[in-house]
Amino acid sequence: MDAKKTLRDEAAQALDHPIGRRNFLKVITAAAAAVGLSSSVAVKMAEAAAAGLKPSVIWLHFQECTGCTESLLRTSHPDVAEVILDLISLDYHETLSAAAGHQIEASLHQAMEQHKGKYICVVEGAIPEKDGGIYCKIGDRTALDILNTVAADAGAIVALGSCASFGGIPASPPNPTGATGAPMILKDKTVVTIPGCPANPYNFLGVVLQYATLGTLPELDQKGRPKFAYGRTIHEDCPRRAHFDAGRFAQMYGDEGHMQGYCLYKLGCKGPATHANCSIQHFCEVPGAWPIGIGHPCVGCTEQQLAFRVPLHDTVDIERPTPPDTYPPILANDSKVSPLATAVGGLVAGAAIGAAVVQSRRLDKEDTND
Amino acid sequence: MSKRIVVDPITRIEGHLRIDVEVDGGKVTKAWSSGQMWRGIETILKGRDPREAWLFTQRFCGVCTTVHALASVRAVENAVGLEIPKNAQFIRNLILAAHAMHDHIVHFFHLSALDWVDVVSALKADPKATAKLAQSLSDWPRNSEQEFKAVKEKLATFVDKGQLGIFNNGYWGHKAMKLSPEVNLMAVSHYLQALDYQRTANQVVAILGSKTPNIQNLAVGGVANAINLDCESTLNMNTLYKIKDLLSEMGQFIQDVYLTDVCAIGAMYPDWLGYGAGVTNYLAVPDMPLDGAMTAFDLPGGTIMNGDLSTIRPINRLDDEYFGKNVTESIAHSWYEGAEERHPYQGETNPAYTEFQDDGKYSWVKSPRFDDKVMQVGPLAQVLVGFQQGHAPTVKWASWALEKASAVAGVNITPSMLHSTLGRHAARAIRCAIISELALKHWGLLVENIASGDLTIFNEPEFKGHQEGFGCHEAPRGTLSHFVVIDDGKITNYQAVVPSTWNAGPRDGKNRPGPYESSLVGNPIADPERPLEVLRTIHSFDPCLACAVHAFDPDGKELGSVRTL
Repeated sequence: MDAKKTLRDEAAQALDHPIGRRNFLKVITAAAAAVGLSSSVAVKMAEAAAAGLKPSVIWLHFQECTGCTESLLRTSHPDVAEVILDLISLDYHETLSAAAGHQIEASLHQAMEQHKGKYICVVEGAIPEKDGGIYCKIGDRTALDILNTVAADAGAIVALGSCASFGGIPASPPNPTGATGAPMILKDKTVVTIPGCPANPYNFLGVVLQYATLGTLPELDQKGRPKFAYGRTIHEDCPRRAHFDAGRFAQMYGDEGHMQGYCLYKLGCKGPATHANCSIQHFCEVPGAWPIGIGHPCVGCTEQQLAFRVPLHDTVDIERPTPPDTYPPILANDSKVSPLATAVGGLVAGAAIGAAVVQSRRLDKEDTND
Repeated sequence: MSKRIVVDPITRIEGHLRIDVEVDGGKVTKAWSSGQMWRGIETILKGRDPREAWLFTQRFCGVCTTVHALASVRAVENAVGLEIPKNAQFIRNLILAAHAMHDHIVHFFHLSALDWVDVVSALKADPKATAKLAQSLSDWPRNSEQEFKAVKEKLATFVDKGQLGIFNNGYWGHKAMKLSPEVNLMAVSHYLQALDYQRTANQVVAILGSKTPNIQNLAVGGVANAINLDCESTLNMNTLYKIKDLLSEMGQFIQDVYLTDVCAIGAMYPDWLGYGAGVTNYLAVPDMPLDGAMTAFDLPGGTIMNGDLSTIRPINRLDDEYFGKNVTESIAHSWYEGAEERHPYQGETNPAYTEFQDDGKYSWVKSPRFDDKVMQVGPLAQVLVGFQQGHAPTVKWASWALEKASAVAGVNITPSMLHSTLGRHAARAIRCAIISELALKHWGLLVENIASGDLTIFNEPEFKGHQEGFGCHEAPRGTLSHFVVIDDGKITNYQAVVPSTWNAGPRDGKNRPGPYESSLVGNPIADPERPLEVLRTIHSFDPCLACAVHAFDPDGKELGSVRTL
């Protein structure tokens, strides 16, 4: 972990200070290697950026509802026009491309040849494996066949949304079409997964823009999820957390607790078991717009074991049912920050070093998940 | 000699659609519409809690997001005989209205306009002349010479870089493109502005729905939006006024840009008022309920047969058996096995894929029929049905649009000319203006109801024994109905009859083609290698294939009869 952090710091420094091209390449090559990309990919990306070329993106739609593409239309920084006109070259996208049929197939082949080994392959939707994959065909080829072909020469692969990440809703029992996610098919490749139904568009943009700018991918957990977005559970950063800790709950929509904005755990909120940043990165540029924010429990749409599996109003187990029995003082008597408070601050930032026993136990779950 | 053209994938739609046409003498003589993807979500619903069915059905589609959630909670509420609080109904109405505005704007500018607008030609436009033209059409403040000049420069920089991205291999310079460079520049500018305004509409959905796509504020029995004017964590005056401001902003864009552009650009392609009529039997159901029990509505429904407006048969109550009893679905040419024609309550069938067979099975989409007739659903049906019944907002906005288009075209365009490819675009923009006006009305109804002291948002559903019901919604793409059977609190059968199923379905047991297929026949094809005209007519329906393709219950259990409150 420390080694990766150093690399990331180096990359940041490289951007902040004028350095030679060789040093820049060295930095991103090392950083790329750290997340499983070949160094040649990073070099190609850097060369392309130096030549003023926008990274080519090939966006595949399979067993999907286009909700993840739709979610991208809701962004404002950068907005979708800037993304598709200035920052990336969206060379194949079934929802937005002007061309259709043979014309768009030509665009696909052109992009794959011209940007071989460099293009970003985005996958939206699950891939049906049952019966040879006949449940999803484009241009008379199965999704399975298309994914394997396009992924083979991709520089980076991003599975956008829960369907592409792990099968999502079409894979929920009894999974009639044998739907699965891109990482389950592309076993030998690094696939960045951005689960969510839909994925939060900023989690996607964060990955693509880093790759486009630095030629690197963000740090990922074992499920391929960027740690910046999926490093913690919703419960950890939930604005209603204080109500949970104090035992103040909504029991039914519209009851007194619900009208006071209390915790939704007893209505089945999956926040305590769901790794996602919804509580911080709200939706559609509206402060407070996210399910818990308006009074509806989280359904755990980013988690393979929760979304569309555990019933809406069933509660999840709480790993740590009671708060720690000691709290750090907010202000010590002598107006200096106490050593204990410093440790807690460090924990929140994700650097678990030398913390008190109680507090370090709080990170155990995240550590094992990672 | 006839030539076969296959367009697969059809792009700028939702989902996976393949269209085949035979062309003879420069015209389409025969067409096939084929849905290419199947997931089986209704099968997945079996055995689950009906209170969460909407979370699943909403994922039929992320473009028509909200509509399948709404139809689903309505179906379950109908099954348990539950009236919802007025606040919940108005909150749902605001969401459905804001979503429809977003959906229609994206459909015209981002999914369809590139069939009519030549982006590359805009590079030859004079920004000053463009401003003069645009200002003659509407008072939109952003129709300035400076704005058009900036867009032209942005476009030139983009094209010079040589990476055309989504515009690569488009139909630029195609013989069927007729607009002047100035009109093209105006339309490209509005394409970019529309990206902003579709987001504005979505913010209304997000404030109430918590996010979009896939809202998460519904409940069987109401909504999860707590209302408390004395709390920062709930719907309060601050959030309500944010909604009103956004809705007002949308109203101006819809009138000055969307509806205006559709009328003006449409008037510059008068030939296309003569192509694409296809099926002229129309169906729409009522929507935007005014009470919690769904007995009165702000949008009318009905049927029109054979393109004759005088045949109007209103459907303004949900317990009208005329609608409930007359729907059948055919799988004669769809990739399922089982009885060829059935009422949707008696759904059966297992998937049975055969590859594409011209005279056999060729689609995952089924073919719904109404009283044994092929029907077209969507905004054109909605507008014709409303216009003929004298629905005031429909008459107002349809008249506004027809006058505007007539002025540009220099000929009198009448409602009967709307049976066409362009008519579907015009009707969609008209419907959008109607909904925009009604959204503000329903905002007022919500605030008025809260002011009366009613803060309720939820009535708890009770599940016992055998319960069944249906829920309708007149969605952006047309008539949507969900059917549910519940036994002891668990779903035992679920069916959805979806707008794009009505329109995109293949031939039926009598070999009668569906609306997409009929509408293509007679369309000109200037260049068989680049069949732009096929896209024009197909896009005019606003296809949504993920919605259209859905599963029957493999066990073939009867769904029973329709029950209403």
